[in-house]
Amino acid sequence: MTVTEPVPKPARRPRADVHRARWPAYTALGAIVLLSVFPLYWSIVVSSRDQSAVGRYPPPLVPGGSLWDNLSAAYEQGNFGIALANSTIVAGTITASVVFTSTLAGFAFAKLRFRGRNALFTVVVATMLVPPQLSIVPLYIMVTQWFGWANDLRGVIVPTLVSAFGVFFMRQYLTSAVPGELLEAGRADGASTFRMYWNIVLPIARPGAAVLGLLTFIMYWNDLFWPLILLNTQNPTVQVAIANTSSGIEVDYSLVLAGTVIATFPMLIVFLLLGRQIIGGIMQGAVKG
Amino acid sequence: MRTRLHRFDLKGSPYLYITPFFALFGVFGLLPLAYTALLSTTAWSPRRPGSEDSSVGLGNYQDLLGDENFHNALINTFGIGLLSTVPQLLLALGIAHLLNYRLRGRLFFRMGVLVPYITSVAAVALIFNQIFARDFGLLNWLLQPFTGDTPIDWRASTLASWVAVSVMVTWHWTGYNALIYLAAMQTIPYELYESAAIDGASRWRQFWHITIPSLRPTIIFTVIVSTIGALQLFAEPFLFDTTRNNNGGSERQFQTVVLYLYQQFWSNGQYGYGAAIAWTLFLITVVIALINFLLVRRIRSTE
Repeated sequence: MTVTEPVPKPARRPRADVHRARWPAYTALGAIVLLSVFPLYWSIVVSSRDQSAVGRYPPPLVPGGSLWDNLSAAYEQGNFGIALANSTIVAGTITASVVFTSTLAGFAFAKLRFRGRNALFTVVVATMLVPPQLSIVPLYIMVTQWFGWANDLRGVIVPTLVSAFGVFFMRQYLTSAVPGELLEAGRADGASTFRMYWNIVLPIARPGAAVLGLLTFIMYWNDLFWPLILLNTQNPTVQVAIANTSSGIEVDYSLVLAGTVIATFPMLIVFLLLGRQIIGGIMQGAVKG
Repeated sequence: MRTRLHRFDLKGSPYLYITPFFALFGVFGLLPLAYTALLSTTAWSPRRPGSEDSSVGLGNYQDLLGDENFHNALINTFGIGLLSTVPQLLLALGIAHLLNYRLRGRLFFRMGVLVPYITSVAAVALIFNQIFARDFGLLNWLLQPFTGDTPIDWRASTLASWVAVSVMVTWHWTGYNALIYLAAMQTIPYELYESAAIDGASRWRQFWHITIPSLRPTIIFTVIVSTIGALQLFAEPFLFDTTRNNNGGSERQFQTVVLYLYQQFWSNGQYGYGAAIAWTLFLITVVIALINFLLVRRIRSTE
C-alpha cells in the first residue's frame, strides 16, 4: 500500500509548543525512546545467541553470531512460512473490507440525510464499547459448527470484516473533509448519490482511508485471541506461531525471541516507512474522538 | 419514472450504504451477544452429548457468585488494571508534555515512543518473559545489588506477578496514550500560556492550571478506554505462565477474568459456564462505564 498524500492537517491553530526544548527535555525523551526500543533490541540480542549464552550472568547485551541460524530454526519449527502468508491474507482481507464498508457507511452518516440516522450512529458508537471477547463462546460455535470453518482462515476473517471504530473514524473524517457545497453543486448538476460518492467523496477520503487501513492492518496482524482459538499449530498466523514456540517443557528462548523478531519486524518496516501517517492518524482520531 | 428513481436515490440509497456494516455486524456482533445470554442459562458442554438443551436457568450465575476462582480472577484483574492504568496514564501525560516542546527531530521522538504500540501483545509478553525470568533474567541481574542472593521470582508471588504483567501493559500502551494527549495539548490556544506567563506563572503552574484542565475530556476518554482494555486482559497473563495450563500461575496469582473464561470454555469445555462469565464481565464493563459517565457529569456540574 502506498500513501502519497499527507494527512491533511486540521485548521492551523495557535500552538502551545512554542517553548523551545532544552537539554533536560531531550535527555528525558532520549531515555524514554531508549526504554521503548530496548526490549526489541534485546529480542535481537537473545535471538542472535545460543541457548547457553542466555542462561548466564551477566546476560549478553550485544548481538552474537547466531542470528540467522536461530531465525531459520525458528522459521522451520514454527511453520512461519505458512504463518506469514496466513497473517498477510487475514490482515489484508480484513483491512480491504473494513476500509470499504467504513467509507461507505461513514459517507452516509456524515453527508446524507435519512430517518434514523442519529439513532443508528449511536448504535455504532455504543458497539465500540462491547469487547469482542465476550462473544467468544457463541462465535466459536457459530463459526465451527454452523459454518464448518474450524481451522479455516475464513473463520478468522469473516467475523471481523466490519468495524464500528472504522465507521466512526470515516464519519468523523468525511464530515470535515468533504465540503457540503461540493455535494450540493453535484446535486444541482443532477448527479446521483453514487456518482457523488464515486467522483467526489472517494478521492477526498483517500488519506483518511489509508490511515484507517494502516491501523486496521496493524491491529489484525497483531491479533492473538481469536486466531489462537480457531487455528491449529499446522496452520497458524504469526502471533499463534510465536505463542506456540514458547509452549512446551524445555523452552529455548533464543528460538522464542527469534520468532518474535519474525513476527514483529515486518510491522516495524511498515512503521518506518509510514510512521508519519500512522502518528497523524492516531492524533487525528484522538482530537476528534 | 425518473423522479421516482430520484426519490429513491435521495431517501433509500443511504440505507444501502450502511447495509454492509449492519448486516455483518448483526450476524457476528449482535447475534453472538444475544446467543451468549441464551447459552449462559444452559449446562452445555461438548463433552456431554445432548447437554446443549439442558437449561439451568440462572444456575451458572449462582455458581459464579460462589466461585472462589472467579472472585480471585476479578481481584487480579482489578489489581493489575490499577497497577497498569495509573502509571501508564501519568507517564503518558509527562511524555506528551515533553513532546509538546518545540523539538528538533520531532518525528524521531514520536516514532520512538510509538514503537511498543506496533509490537504485538504476544511478542511483548514473550520478550518480557525473558526479562522477568527468575534465573538469569535481565531485570534480576540489574536488581542483584539490592536483592542479593535471593532473586525475585516474578511468577511466584501475587504482587510480583501483578507488577510484571503491569509493566508489559504499561510498556505497550504508554506511547499511544502520550500521542493522544499530545494531540489534545496542541489544540490549547497559546495565548493562555502567554498571558499566564505575563502574570508570572511558572511552567509548572501553567501545566497544572492550564494544560491539565484543558485536557480533562481527553483524560476521561483515555481512562475509560484503558479501563475497558484492562478488563479484557488476556494475552500477557496467558503467555506469562510458561506451563500454559491457563491457571495464571501455580496459585492463580495472575489469572485474569478473560483467562479464566478461556480456561472454562477452552480447557474445560464448559460452554454454558463460560458464557455466564462473559455476560457477567460485560455487565461489569457496562457498570464501570456508567460510573465513569456519572462521575464525569458530577465533575462537570460542580464547576
